[in-house]
Amino acid sequence: MTATENPPTYTWVGTRPIRHDGYDKVTGKARFAADLDLPGQLRAVYVRSPHAHARIVSINTAAAEAMPGVKAVVTGADFPDLGAADPEYDVSVNVMARDTVYYHGHAVAAVAATSRELAADAAAAIVVEYEELPAVFTIDDAMADGAPLVNETNFTKFVKADEPSNLSTITNLERGEVDDAFAAADLVVEREFTTAAVHQGYIEPHACVVDTGADGRASVWCSSQGHFRVRSSTAAVLGWDVSRVKVTPAEIGGGFGGKTTIYIEPVAARLSEMAGRPVKIVMTRDEVFRATGPAPASKVRVKVGATNDGELTALEAWMAYNVGAFGNVAGLVGAMSVASYKFPNLKLEAYSVLSNLPKSAAYRSPSAPHAAFAIESVVDEIAQKLDIDPIELRLKNAAVEGDVTAMGMPHPRIGFVECLEAVRESEHYQSPVPDGAARGIAAGFWFNIGEQSSATVHVNEDGTATVITGSPDIGGSRASMALMAAEELGLDVNSITPLVADTESVGFTDTTEGSRTTFATGMAVVQACRDLIDDMRSRAATTLSVDVGEVIWADGAAVAEGHDPVPLASIAAQSKRTGGPLTASASLNAAGAGPSFAVHCGDLAVDEETGHTKVLRYTAAQDAGTAIHPSYVEGQLQGGSVQGIGWALNEEYVLNDDGSLDNASFLDYRIPVASDLPMIETIIVEVPNPSHPYGVRGVGETGIVPPMATIANAISRAAGIRMTALPMSPPHVLTALNER
Amino acid sequence: MNRTHVNCTVNGDDVDFLAADGISLLDALRDELGLTGSKEGCGTGDCGACSILIDGKLNCSCLVLAPEAEGAEIVTVEGIADGDHLHPLQQTFLEGAALQCGICTPGFLVAAKALLDTNPDPTETEIRYALAGNLCRCTGYDKIIRSVQEAAVQLREVAK
Repeated sequence: MTATENPPTYTWVGTRPIRHDGYDKVTGKARFAADLDLPGQLRAVYVRSPHAHARIVSINTAAAEAMPGVKAVVTGADFPDLGAADPEYDVSVNVMARDTVYYHGHAVAAVAATSRELAADAAAAIVVEYEELPAVFTIDDAMADGAPLVNETNFTKFVKADEPSNLSTITNLERGEVDDAFAAADLVVEREFTTAAVHQGYIEPHACVVDTGADGRASVWCSSQGHFRVRSSTAAVLGWDVSRVKVTPAEIGGGFGGKTTIYIEPVAARLSEMAGRPVKIVMTRDEVFRATGPAPASKVRVKVGATNDGELTALEAWMAYNVGAFGNVAGLVGAMSVASYKFPNLKLEAYSVLSNLPKSAAYRSPSAPHAAFAIESVVDEIAQKLDIDPIELRLKNAAVEGDVTAMGMPHPRIGFVECLEAVRESEHYQSPVPDGAARGIAAGFWFNIGEQSSATVHVNEDGTATVITGSPDIGGSRASMALMAAEELGLDVNSITPLVADTESVGFTDTTEGSRTTFATGMAVVQACRDLIDDMRSRAATTLSVDVGEVIWADGAAVAEGHDPVPLASIAAQSKRTGGPLTASASLNAAGAGPSFAVHCGDLAVDEETGHTKVLRYTAAQDAGTAIHPSYVEGQLQGGSVQGIGWALNEEYVLNDDGSLDNASFLDYRIPVASDLPMIETIIVEVPNPSHPYGVRGVGETGIVPPMATIANAISRAAGIRMTALPMSPPHVLTALNER
Repeated sequence: MNRTHVNCTVNGDDVDFLAADGISLLDALRDELGLTGSKEGCGTGDCGACSILIDGKLNCSCLVLAPEAEGAEIVTVEGIADGDHLHPLQQTFLEGAALQCGICTPGFLVAAKALLDTNPDPTETEIRYALAGNLCRCTGYDKIIRSVQEAAVQLREVAK
């Protein structure tokens, strides 16, 4: 189902062709990073810290280096000290510990050998002597007076800070008169919420192959959301110029934010440099859970004031995000994500808090799900207490164009109201709630970002086109690029080959993140196509002996009045005689990213004996701006929803007392499986983004924001319990039922 | 190093390879036979990305020691098409947009084939339980389930 505002007529945009990279993916031919091997390749294995916080007294690698097949060993001593002021310092220390380990699983050394087994044997022979240091794992412990210092190089940002601290950022935002508004409110609801750390859970572990040549240049093949960032970070960690590193993106087996940073590439590069042979690293699943980015745990206190007729007059929130052992702006981003409702009076206090846990990484709409779980739960409780329909209450308070965000910026044209109306009018919401079940509603949004993108488009001599970008394709973006190019050029989408090129074959392009690829890289593709069209119009004008101003581009041909149209294929065939190859490149720093709002509706039943929650029906409505390939837009809504359902009901990092992860496997860290779920119904709302040639907003991020509160709100209505801690797993729900 | 000489058929071809002690069938397929379509997502039988058929039965190849393949008939994702004619599951996965990143797709295709080979008319619930050993983090399963349903319809039409 698609709700559209003044739909323009497109030939290709909005259709559902088979994606170009699909054939290789259903036949097993697609090459992911772990599928690549180079002649003479070594395999590398890590030594990781068994302590959450310790000083490294000594590392003895002599026995390992003497073992059969071992070609190189690295420790922190093999990487330069960038200095704590360097923006890549934290990454460099996270990649390989220097004199201190900051979390259980922190990399301490790595061995390259002729086989993975020999490398593992040698890694086990490395002797590390530690002096344990006090460690903290929770927000409360890290913020307590006299708490042990997690990381002596962390100074609090956004405030004057003379001494190191466990706070990475402090953000205070305020508008209006919050205290007066609460005093005047008819109803005030205040609650505290907690969420557990969760992992992005991509099915493909991090993998790379790196070949550092005798010329000192490293060629990297890896799984990443942004190979230009891999290039810059890898070079920085090695102390090299960026130009010494070339990165070729392999197919990527899921990322969701977790592959926007690096872990293994500089280690493989240094080992390869030392051994003179290519080095391959493939993380185990255990390593992925223990040493790569979870999303932060959080603690959020929310107080909302309302009038009896459902106007939300004030919001006060205290938010803390547990970002692990290195600084991170999660708290700031969490405060920024509070912008769905008008809230004339607002006061936010947000913290990013360090702990001796792995360095947290981005995960789909970073920081927003935590805040939305809290605020959307309290807003729903107000709807319940005032006996107002939860959609009507939200419609009454929903932000619209011109309303200011928590940061004080006015929203551009947004589609929150349209999403609420779409759910209200949906067959799902109009249908009765099934017997024994209850229905929950919640909303969410993500800002989305623009950033830098490049594209090159070739019109080939056979009348086909090649579209080359620098954006790794994590969910079907190549098909979107081809569709926009087809629309511009007037070519069949199947005559277009979309590619993602290495760092030396396409202009600089920022990482695939923030729902930016179809938006920003799409703009670059459109611009390159339009430049090509101008070139083709000019060539046709010369051929026809008319002024270029008299030539328009229509349906894949140059058209001048009084002449037969000159199709692209014939311009392409003549290109040698009319000025040479037809090619154009465009690079830009995209402005005008469009926020994408979503409203979810879920029906569920709670088993009062076991505490198990079964989702019976689920609908996700989201503003895509324009859906370039609707199937993959639906896929983003469905995938985001189910990740959120997993976060809501099951997923959590379970820590032992020593800070080690107790559930570092897919058996024990249980992401949703097919039998847990119903179909995920989607409603694509299309309120075009005026800043994009096709109105694209970007859809990847937002889907994960509403599910936690959707489910908590439904559980509240089903069982009369207000769940304030994630996950709402059976033991936690059962406890709440028993305390009811 | 001890190595075991293993003979079997893979996707209809007679093959043999030397298996080092402790090597899984997944490693043998990927490293010895160059069939990298089967993926390792966990190495502990929890994700299903390495799903293969051994004598027609669904297995996680990461949990099978390579010498156990002796004399067996093995089918991997590379073997489910009929020459250049895609299996209906492969076609419906493409048309139904049942993959995003594609890392889990080989395992899902093999597991779905194992289901439809034995149950040509499964209910949605049966499909969901049959595929519960295969993890997908991208799609939320919706389009995968629908594509399996559509392939089942097509296969039943062919069988008529």
